Amino acid sequence: MSDRQFQPETLAIHAGQIPDRETGARALPIYQTTSFVFDSADHAADLFNLATFGNVYSRLSNPTVAALEERVAALEGGRAAVASASGMAAEAMALMTLLQQGDHVVAAGALYGGTVTMLAVSLAKFGITTTFVDATRPEAFAAAMQPNTRAVFAESLGNPSLAVLDIAAVADVAHAHGVPLVIDNTVPSPFLCNPIALGADIVVHSATKYLAGHGTTLGGVIVESGKFPWDNGKFPGMTEPSAGYHGVKFYETFGDFGFSMRARMETLRVYGSTLSPMSAWQILQGVETLPLRMERHSSNALAVAQYLRRHPRVGWVNYPGLDEHPQHALVQRQMRHIGGRPAASGLLSFGVQGGLAAGVKFIESAQFMSHLANIGDTRTLMIHPASTTHRQLSDEQQLAAGVPPDMVRLSVGLEHIDDILWDIDQALAASAGA
Amino acid sequence: MQAAPDDALTLRRILQQAKTIAVVGLSAEWHRPSYFAAAYMQGKGYRILPVNPRQAGGHILGMPCVARLEDINVPVDIVDVFRKTDDVGPVAASAIAIGAKCLWQQIGVVNGDADAAARAAGLDSVMNRCVKIEHARLFGGLHWAGVNTGVVSARRRA
Repeated sequence: MSDRQFQPETLAIHAGQIPDRETGARALPIYQTTSFVFDSADHAADLFNLATFGNVYSRLSNPTVAALEERVAALEGGRAAVASASGMAAEAMALMTLLQQGDHVVAAGALYGGTVTMLAVSLAKFGITTTFVDATRPEAFAAAMQPNTRAVFAESLGNPSLAVLDIAAVADVAHAHGVPLVIDNTVPSPFLCNPIALGADIVVHSATKYLAGHGTTLGGVIVESGKFPWDNGKFPGMTEPSAGYHGVKFYETFGDFGFSMRARMETLRVYGSTLSPMSAWQILQGVETLPLRMERHSSNALAVAQYLRRHPRVGWVNYPGLDEHPQHALVQRQMRHIGGRPAASGLLSFGVQGGLAAGVKFIESAQFMSHLANIGDTRTLMIHPASTTHRQLSDEQQLAAGVPPDMVRLSVGLEHIDDILWDIDQALAASAGA
Repeated sequence: MQAAPDDALTLRRILQQAKTIAVVGLSAEWHRPSYFAAAYMQGKGYRILPVNPRQAGGHILGMPCVARLEDINVPVDIVDVFRKTDDVGPVAASAIAIGAKCLWQQIGVVNGDADAAARAAGLDSVMNRCVKIEHARLFGGLHWAGVNTGVVSARRRA
C-alpha cells in the first residue's frame, strides 16, 4: 500500500490540521499568542539554530498560521508555503527573497496594478529593474531575458486583463536561463489551476480573494515547488552561508524547502509582514469550501458572459471561459474541467455601450452588486479599473495592463444566477440614459 | 499486499521501533546537514552513535565517535548514511554484518546495489530521504515550518 494521493476537495478540508495531542480539538484552534516557551536553554539554542522545528515567536511561525500554510501547499501540489499579511506582502516576500541590487525581472505587462507599482517603482528604488512584456507571447519573455535576470513573474490569469499565460511555455523560457518562474495564481485559485504542475517554481496568492472567499480577511501565501535547482550558480543566497541567519546554508540544510525556510528566516522575520493567527483561521474557514465555491463562481460567470455577449447595450465581453476567447485553447489545457467545460473562475470584463459615462451610470445603478476594489467575494462585485485600481498608472501602463477606459470588471458572486442577470439588465437599461 | 519500501506507514514503523542510530559520516561541525539531523534525532530521544574515522576517539554531540560500524558495542537499529553514493556498498555490508535493522541513505545518496543487498539480508532499506525531515514530517514539527507533510488523519497527533 503506497501513500494515498488525496483529491483537492479532501485536502481543502484536512491538509495541515490533525487533532492536537492535548485536547483532540477537531476544528483548528486559534493560537492567539506572540511567543512560545522553551523547554530548556538547549532547546532554545536548537530552535534558534534551526536544528529542530518548533515555534519561537509568531512573527516567524504560529501553529494556526502553519495549518493554512500546509493546506495551501497541499492544494498547489507544492513542497512548502509561507503565509503573509496580504497578497502584496506575499509578492514582496517572494521577490525580496529571490532578488538583490542589480538583478532584473521579466514580468508580464498584464498584471494587477499594485504589482506593477511594486516592480516598476518600489523595487526599482533598490536597484532591481523590470522589463514588462506581452503576457500572451512566450517569445516576448525570451527576448527580454538578460544576463542579470533572476526571476520571471506573471499571473496565471491576469487581473483585470484576463490574459491567459502559457505557463509551461514561459516556464521553459525561465528554466533555459536558469531562473525560477513566479506565478500569481490568485484568480484561478489552486482548485482551478496548479501552476507547479505546469512548471512554475514559486506560486504566490492573495488569500484575501477566493481562498478566504468571503470579503472579510486580508492574507497572502507563497508556495515553493521544491524542484528548482538553486545550486546552479545564480543564487548564492541559497547556497552560501547566510549573513542574515547564523551562517546557515539554506539549500544544503533544508533541500527542497530551502527557499521557504529562507523566505521565513531572512525576509518574513526581518520585514515582519506576518499573518495574524486570527486571520489565518478566518481564511481557513473559507478554504474548506473553496472547491464548491469555485465551481459556482465559474458557472455563474460563464452564464453572465454568455448573457452579456448577446446584450445590445454591451460592446464587448472578455471571459476566458467563452469558446470565442482568443486563448480558449490554452484555457482548455490549463484549467480544471467541471461538467465537461473548463472552469474559468469568476472574473470577467465588458464594455458598456456609451463608453466611460455609461459605465459609470451602470455601476451607480446596480441594486445589490457592490462597487468596491476587491475580487473573490461571495457577493458580486464591480469596478471601473481605469478610475480606481489602475488610476496610478499612466495611460500607456493602463493599456499594457489590459485596461481600456470603458472597461467594467465584474467579480461574479454566489447569488442566484437569475438575480445577478436581473441586476445587470436593469443597470444596463439605466445606463442608456447616461 | 506488498508494502512500498518507504510509504508513511513503513517509515513510521522504522522510526518508532528504533532506539539507536549509527550516523556514518557525521560531521563535528554544527552547521553541517549531518550534524543538524543527528542533533535533531538526539533531541527526540534516539541514542546517536557517531561513525567517522577522522573523529574516532573523540566525541560528537557528547557521544563517543568510532571509525567503523564494527567498533560499536551496542545493538544498532538504523545505519544512517551521509556518504557519497559510490561509497555506500561497504557500509551496507557492515550494516548487515553487525545485525542492524535498517539501512537509511540520506537525501542525494541513492545506491541501488546497497539497497538490494540490505533487503536481501532482511533489513528495511530507505534511499534518498533525510531521517530528520521524515521524523519531523510524520511526528509533527515539520508541519510548523509550513511544509506539505502529506499527512491526512483524524487521529490525535502522536
